Amino acid sequence: MAKTDVKTGTLERRGLSDDQLRALLRNMLLQRQLDNRGFQLNRQGKVPFALGSEGHEALQAGAAMAFSRGKDLLAPYYRDLGLCLGIGLSPYEILLSIFARAADHNGGRQFPNHYSSKAAGLMSFSSILAAHIPHAVGAAYALQYRGEKGRAVLATCGDGTTSEGEWHESMNFAAIHKLPFVMLVENNEWAISTPLDKQMAQPEIWKRAAGYGIPGRRFNGFDPIETYAAVKEAMDRARSGGGPSLIEGTCYRYLAHSTDDNDMTYRTKEEVLEHRKHDPVPRFESILVEYGVMTAQDVEAMRKDVLRETNEATDKAESMPYPEPKDLYTHVYEGAWEPWQ
Amino acid sequence: MAVSSSSATSTVMNNVEAVRATLYEAMKTDDRTVILGEDVGARGNVFLITKDFINEFGPERVIDTPIAEASIVGIAVGMAMEGLRPVAEIQFADFIYPAFNQIVGEAAKTRYRSNGEYTCPLVIRTPYGGGVRGALSHSVSIEALFYHVPGLKIVAPAFPADVKGLLNASIDDPDPVLFLEHKKTYRLIKGEVPDGHYTIPLGKANILKEGTQLSVVSYGLYVHWALEAAQKLQEEGLSVEVIDLRSIRPMDKGTILRSVEKTRKLLIVHEDNKFGGIGAEISAMVAEEALFHLDAPIRRLAAPDVPAMGYALPLEEEYMSSPGEMAEAMRELVKF
Repeated sequence: MAKTDVKTGTLERRGLSDDQLRALLRNMLLQRQLDNRGFQLNRQGKVPFALGSEGHEALQAGAAMAFSRGKDLLAPYYRDLGLCLGIGLSPYEILLSIFARAADHNGGRQFPNHYSSKAAGLMSFSSILAAHIPHAVGAAYALQYRGEKGRAVLATCGDGTTSEGEWHESMNFAAIHKLPFVMLVENNEWAISTPLDKQMAQPEIWKRAAGYGIPGRRFNGFDPIETYAAVKEAMDRARSGGGPSLIEGTCYRYLAHSTDDNDMTYRTKEEVLEHRKHDPVPRFESILVEYGVMTAQDVEAMRKDVLRETNEATDKAESMPYPEPKDLYTHVYEGAWEPWQ
Repeated sequence: MAVSSSSATSTVMNNVEAVRATLYEAMKTDDRTVILGEDVGARGNVFLITKDFINEFGPERVIDTPIAEASIVGIAVGMAMEGLRPVAEIQFADFIYPAFNQIVGEAAKTRYRSNGEYTCPLVIRTPYGGGVRGALSHSVSIEALFYHVPGLKIVAPAFPADVKGLLNASIDDPDPVLFLEHKKTYRLIKGEVPDGHYTIPLGKANILKEGTQLSVVSYGLYVHWALEAAQKLQEEGLSVEVIDLRSIRPMDKGTILRSVEKTRKLLIVHEDNKFGGIGAEISAMVAEEALFHLDAPIRRLAAPDVPAMGYALPLEEEYMSSPGEMAEAMRELVKF
């Protein structure tokens, strides 16, 4: 967790202002509220599926703070709610995705959590793990090829994805061409039901950086400030021509993989509760209060505001129309389409 | 043919030279175009298609990749999403399988899944086909594995002039195109290629020889053999129409149907396996739309249901059809 500076007794804030620290917490609270909302709507029978990022809040809020809006590109995976919020997506846009409404960026075509927004620099991706990493590397190549200094691509994935061949192929290519690319691994210890020790013999993913000849480091992904600093360092290096990095944030997946998963078939309640003791959200709340960035009342007011915003976004998104049946046929190719000409 | 810079002159080229000349022009005229693949740089591609490109356009635009087909296509998808116009090369079509998801699951679905926000204007070029002693992994036809996939376009030209016009159209296309080059035709087939820039629209077949008693539909190397067989039959007084599809997806229904309605008989000839091949789709379409115009059952002459042609000459020859077999099938059908 965020440490105190022994000499001054102040929060080691890594250059973040009070406003930025509060924004980190707000993002974390919003993630938890929206995650919760997806699961509630599923249990109410209003949506067929939900998938949560609980346990990733600090990592994603911190990483998003290091993203430069309007410049950088993000190639996320499906457990990146907080990152997508942090780079500019609104709760309303998230709820449109959950409800699969026509006004969703994907027109209600994709699963929830598969956000994309060209305006936000958020690259479209599928559910096929690691398939998006070469896309991120290709986009980074385009930035470098056009000589667009000061821009970089941030790609993310879980620990599970690092077993895919395309993950390796992409890291290798990015390293060869010294691309403006950062690979951020959110290591939550579980690939659905498969624990780390069945995924890899050497469990410190960041150490693979040495094999590619690029910088690598591991950081505590339960600490949003440390995460911010680690991601910013790597992104700054990428933006300034210093090439790619492999960084690994440790965290934990508190929820089952999705609403269709029962995690009690492969892990114990005790294990989950043990990790809950380190829950990054209440920890960061108390740090901000302890160091006088916010009062307990401020935190409570923020929590209420997040709930209000989530409720409003839910109502508004739910009231929006579904895509129409005819929308199935659009955007197969540019223009109207018929395979027989 | 849409000729934009009009030119009455032409140059004789083989198919390799036509690919090379077209790629060269694309690199010259649009700096968003980059070429990536195995051995495309210093080696200049295994068939010398991109020979010396790296010296003229630089290693940033002529990218020698690691041996990693999935990411050759995947990186090209990312480049295309971010505004470049990549031409990715798979060294032999047989090596495309590791890239299957990037083509089918990613490139073909980028526009669709993002509701049009992101697009993937990408060309994947690859040499395919047999008759060159290529054995199991340097001889396959892959079109049937991909033509099931909405979001992709598939082109398979047989003549140098078509190579140029269709490759230009593919590079200009706003969606992903799989561009199949039959490797036996690379140096075997020569022809006049109009000078200057022109495109041939995807999805337009070409009637190579008019006839009245039978329609033969084919593409790639077999177009040439079917034409040879049809000319032999002409000497026997039998009139066979030969259609070169040129594009597999989209496919030219109008030309096929008009021909079948005239000749009342249809033979489809392709090098790929018969079961689930392109001929199956054409047969179904004709059965749905022109059954009562037919005077004989539709016939398909295609590869047997074995995984591939073998390296030994008799195994290759047994797998492939010959001009003689094509002529015999034509005779039987005309006389039906």
